[in-house]
Amino acid sequence: MKIILVGCGKIGTTIVESLVAEGHDIVAIDSDPALLAEITNIYDVMGICGNGADSDILLEADVSKAELLIAVTGSDELNMLSCFIARRLGAQNTIARIRNPEYNDKSLGFLRKELELSMSINPDLLAAHELFNILKFPSALKIETFSRRNLEMVELRLKPDSVLDGVKLNELRDKYRAKVLICCVKRGDQVFIPDGNFTLRSDDRIGITASPTEIHKFLRGLGLLQKQARSVMLLGGSRTARYLAEMLIGIGCHVKIVEQDERVATELCEALPDAVIIHGDGARQELLLEEGLRSLDAFVSLTNMDEENILTSIFASSQNVPKVIAKVNRDELGAMAEKLGLDTLVSPKRIMADVLVSYARALQNSLGSSVETLYKLMEGDAEALEFKVKADPRLTNVPLKELSLKPGTLIAGIIRDRKTIIPGGNDVILPDDRVVIVAAGQRFSDLSDILR
Amino acid sequence: MNRRMILHTVGRLLQIEAILLLLPLLTALLYAEWNGAAAFLATIAIAAGIGTLFTLIGKNRDRTMFAREGFIIVALAWIFMSAIGALPFVFSREIPSFIDAFFETVSGFTTTGASILTDVEAMSHGLLFWRSFTHWVGGMGVLVFIMAIFPSESGRSIHIMRAEMPGPIVGKIVPKLRDTAKILYLMYVAMTAVLVVLLLFGGMSLFESVIHAFGTAGTGGFGVRADSIGSYSPYIQWVITVFMLLFGINFNLYYLILIGRVRSALKSSELWCYLGIVGLSVTAVSFNIASLCETAAESVRSAAFQVSSIITTTGYATADFNAWPSFSKTLLVLLMFVGACSGSTGGGLKISRIMLLFKAIRRDVKRMLHPRSVSVVKLEGKAVDESIILGSTVYFAVYVVIFFVILLLLSLEPFDFESIFTATAACFNNIGPGLGAVGPTASFAAFSAPAKLLLSAAMLLGRLEIFPLLVAFSPSTWTKK
Repeated sequence: MKIILVGCGKIGTTIVESLVAEGHDIVAIDSDPALLAEITNIYDVMGICGNGADSDILLEADVSKAELLIAVTGSDELNMLSCFIARRLGAQNTIARIRNPEYNDKSLGFLRKELELSMSINPDLLAAHELFNILKFPSALKIETFSRRNLEMVELRLKPDSVLDGVKLNELRDKYRAKVLICCVKRGDQVFIPDGNFTLRSDDRIGITASPTEIHKFLRGLGLLQKQARSVMLLGGSRTARYLAEMLIGIGCHVKIVEQDERVATELCEALPDAVIIHGDGARQELLLEEGLRSLDAFVSLTNMDEENILTSIFASSQNVPKVIAKVNRDELGAMAEKLGLDTLVSPKRIMADVLVSYARALQNSLGSSVETLYKLMEGDAEALEFKVKADPRLTNVPLKELSLKPGTLIAGIIRDRKTIIPGGNDVILPDDRVVIVAAGQRFSDLSDILR
Repeated sequence: MNRRMILHTVGRLLQIEAILLLLPLLTALLYAEWNGAAAFLATIAIAAGIGTLFTLIGKNRDRTMFAREGFIIVALAWIFMSAIGALPFVFSREIPSFIDAFFETVSGFTTTGASILTDVEAMSHGLLFWRSFTHWVGGMGVLVFIMAIFPSESGRSIHIMRAEMPGPIVGKIVPKLRDTAKILYLMYVAMTAVLVVLLLFGGMSLFESVIHAFGTAGTGGFGVRADSIGSYSPYIQWVITVFMLLFGINFNLYYLILIGRVRSALKSSELWCYLGIVGLSVTAVSFNIASLCETAAESVRSAAFQVSSIITTTGYATADFNAWPSFSKTLLVLLMFVGACSGSTGGGLKISRIMLLFKAIRRDVKRMLHPRSVSVVKLEGKAVDESIILGSTVYFAVYVVIFFVILLLLSLEPFDFESIFTATAACFNNIGPGLGAVGPTASFAAFSAPAKLLLSAAMLLGRLEIFPLLVAFSPSTWTKK
C-alpha cells in the first residue's frame, strides 16, 4: 500500500519503522534534510524534502495515488492543512495528529468532518487511556480489550515464587477450573505460542485471554489479583497527566500531581479542582516521601525526561509502591529499564504506531474478513487480531481441530452474540462471529491467511 | 564491522556471476566452440564453488549494515567478479596471460572498452559474447541487479546502491529499493532490446547486433571488428550514435516519462546542459574536420559519432581521430573528463557534478565581492545541501590527485606524453581508446604487466567513483580501534 508520511520526528520515525516492517511503500516528507537523510539511510523509504502542506511537494510524492497520508509533524495546524490538501489532491485516506486540547473537544468532530479526515490521533489521550486501563487492573503489565470488552487480553509477568512455575498448560484448566487461555509466552527474547505440553517458568511474560470475569476469577484463585488503584501519584503535569487525572477522578480515585513549574501547577489546579497539586521537584526523594509515597497504590512518572522517569520509578519500587509505571519514549531506554526491574512501561509513540499499523492493516483488506482491532503483544513480538468472520467454506463450520493453521498461530477466542468462547478442538467458527487470533512472527490481514 | 555480511554478499554475487556465465556458455555451444565451452564450464564451477563457500561462511543473522559496509562490499565485489570473469580467457588460452585477461575483464565490467587484443576478429564467439556481456552487466551495476532479484535483507541496502551508482546524489525513484532496482533494470533491458531490433534492421547479424547493443547500453565499447564501427553502414552508425546518447541520460528521467510526467523530465537542467555540450561540440568538430571528409554529411556523422562516443564514455569509433586536427583532439580529451549524466551507465566526472562545481565557484566569487551576501546553490530547481557541494568539491580534488598519481606512475612506460596522458584519462574515465599509441585503431597490448594492473585499478576507481576502493584499502578500515 502506498503511504505518505509527513513529519519525520521521533514519532514519525517510529511509525516508519512499524509500517516498513508491514511491507508498505512509504514516502516520507520533512523540511529538515538531516532528518530525512537519517531515515532513508536506515529504512527502505523514499524521502522528499519540503513542506508537507505544499501542494507541489505532495504532487511530487504522487499523492493522488496514495491510499493513506499520515501527518504527524509537531504542529496540529500543519497536520490538518496537509491532510486537507492531500485529500483534495486525491489521497484516499488521511490521518492527522491533533494534540492541542483546544481542538480535541467538541470541535474535533467538526474538524474531522470538514477536513474529511479518516482519523485524528492524539498521542497524549491514547497514552492516558492505556495508563488508565492498567491502573484499573494493576495486576497486568498491559491490558487490551476486544469486541466491546467481551474478551480481554492481559499480560503478566510470573514472579520468581509464582505458583504457576513448572505448571503444564494442560493441567492448568483442570487445576484452577478457570476458562482462560494462555496464548503467548515470552521467555528471554523468544516468543512462544504454547500448546498443551508447554511448561511455564518463573519470570515468563504470559498473555492470557478470557472474558473479564473469568480473568478476575483466575487471578483471584492464584492470589495474583491486585485491587484497583485508589490513590495515585502522577509525576509531571503533562497533557497525558491531565487526561489521566480526569479519568481517574471520574472513577473516584485520589490523585496527586507533582509538577515543578509553578505556572503549569497553577493551571492544573484550576483545571482539576479535585486533584491535589504539589509544586516541587519530583526527582527529590525527600519530597516524594513527604507526600506519602509509601502509602500509595500506584505511582506513574510522566515527565518529559525518560531518564528521570526511570530513576524515580526505581525509587518508588524500592519503597514498595504496589504498582509503578514509567513513561519511556526511547526504545533502547525501555529495554534497559526492564533490565533494572521496571516491568510496566508505557511508550506513547509506540501506542500511536500500533494504532496506525492496525488502521493500515484494516485498509489493506476491506473485502474479506478484515482486521477489526490489532494489538501488539509481548513488546511488539506478537500480535493479537480481531476479525469479523464472513462465510468461507475453508474456515467456517469446520471443527477447529481439523483446521491446519500456520505454525505460531492460535485461535485465542471466539465471540458469538456477546458470549465469549474459549475455543477447544470441537468448537467451530460461524459467520458473523468475531475471532481473536494470536500470532508470533507473521502478519495477517485476512482471516483466511491463518490457514496453511 | 560486519565482516560476515560482507563475505555473504560477495558470495551471493559470485553465485550470480556463475549464472550469468551460462549465457556465453550457451553461445559457445551454439557455435560448437568446445574449447570455449569447457573454459566457461570450469569457470562456472569455480564461481559457484567459491560463491557458495563464501555465503556459507558468511551466514549470519546480523544483517545490520552501515555506509562503511556498503563501500567495502562494492569494492570487493567488483574485484572478485573481475578476477573470476577473467578465467574463461585464460582457460581457453585465447588470452593466455592472467594479467591481460584481468585487464580485459575489468575493462569490460567497468564499461571502459580498452582492449589488449591485437586481433579481435580471431576471437571465438563465446568469448566475444562474454567480453561484451560484461559491459552490459557492469553498466547498470551488478549489485543493483542482485537487489532487484533477491528480497531486500535490510533496509540499509541503500548504502550499496549509493556506492555502486555514479553521481553526486543517488535517489530512489520509488519508495522501495528493490522496486527501484527492478524498474531500472526493466528500462535497461527494454532499451537494449529496441537497439538490437534496430541494428537487425540495418542488416547486422543477430550476434553482432547483440554484441554492439551490449557495448552501447553499458557505454562500454567492445566490438567484433578491428576498426570498431567504421565499416558499418551510415544507418547503423546513426542508430548507435543516438543510443549512446540515450544511455548517457539519467535513467530517472525515463521513469518520469514512463509514468507520464514528461514535462518534469524535460525540465531537467542536467539534460539540457548535456545536450547543449553535445550540440556545440558536434558543430565545432564538424567544421574543424570538414576538410578531411568528402561530404558535409560525412563530417557531421563522423563528428556526432565520435563526440557521443567520448562524452558518454563508450569508446566506439568510426574514424581514426588520431589523424584529426589538434582542436578536435583537444576537445575530445576535454569531453573525456566531462562524462555523461549522473544516474546513467556512463562514466567521467558527470555533468551534474560539473554543474555543481561551476555553481559553487560562481557563488564563492560572488561572496568575495559581497562578503555578507547569502546565496544558495540550486540544482534542478532545488537548493543543494552544503554537504553535497562539499562532497562534490572533495571528490573533484581526490579525482585530480589520483589522476596525476596514475599519470606519473604510468609515465615510466616508454611512450610519448600524449599517449600516456590519454591512456590514463581513457581508463580513469572508462572510455577506452585514447590518442597516440592507444588511439582507436591501436590497443593497450604494448604496456608492461604492472602498467596493465595500474590501469585496471584506474578503471575500477573511475567506475566506482574512487571512494569505495579508497575506503576498502585504507588500513584504518580493517584495524580494530
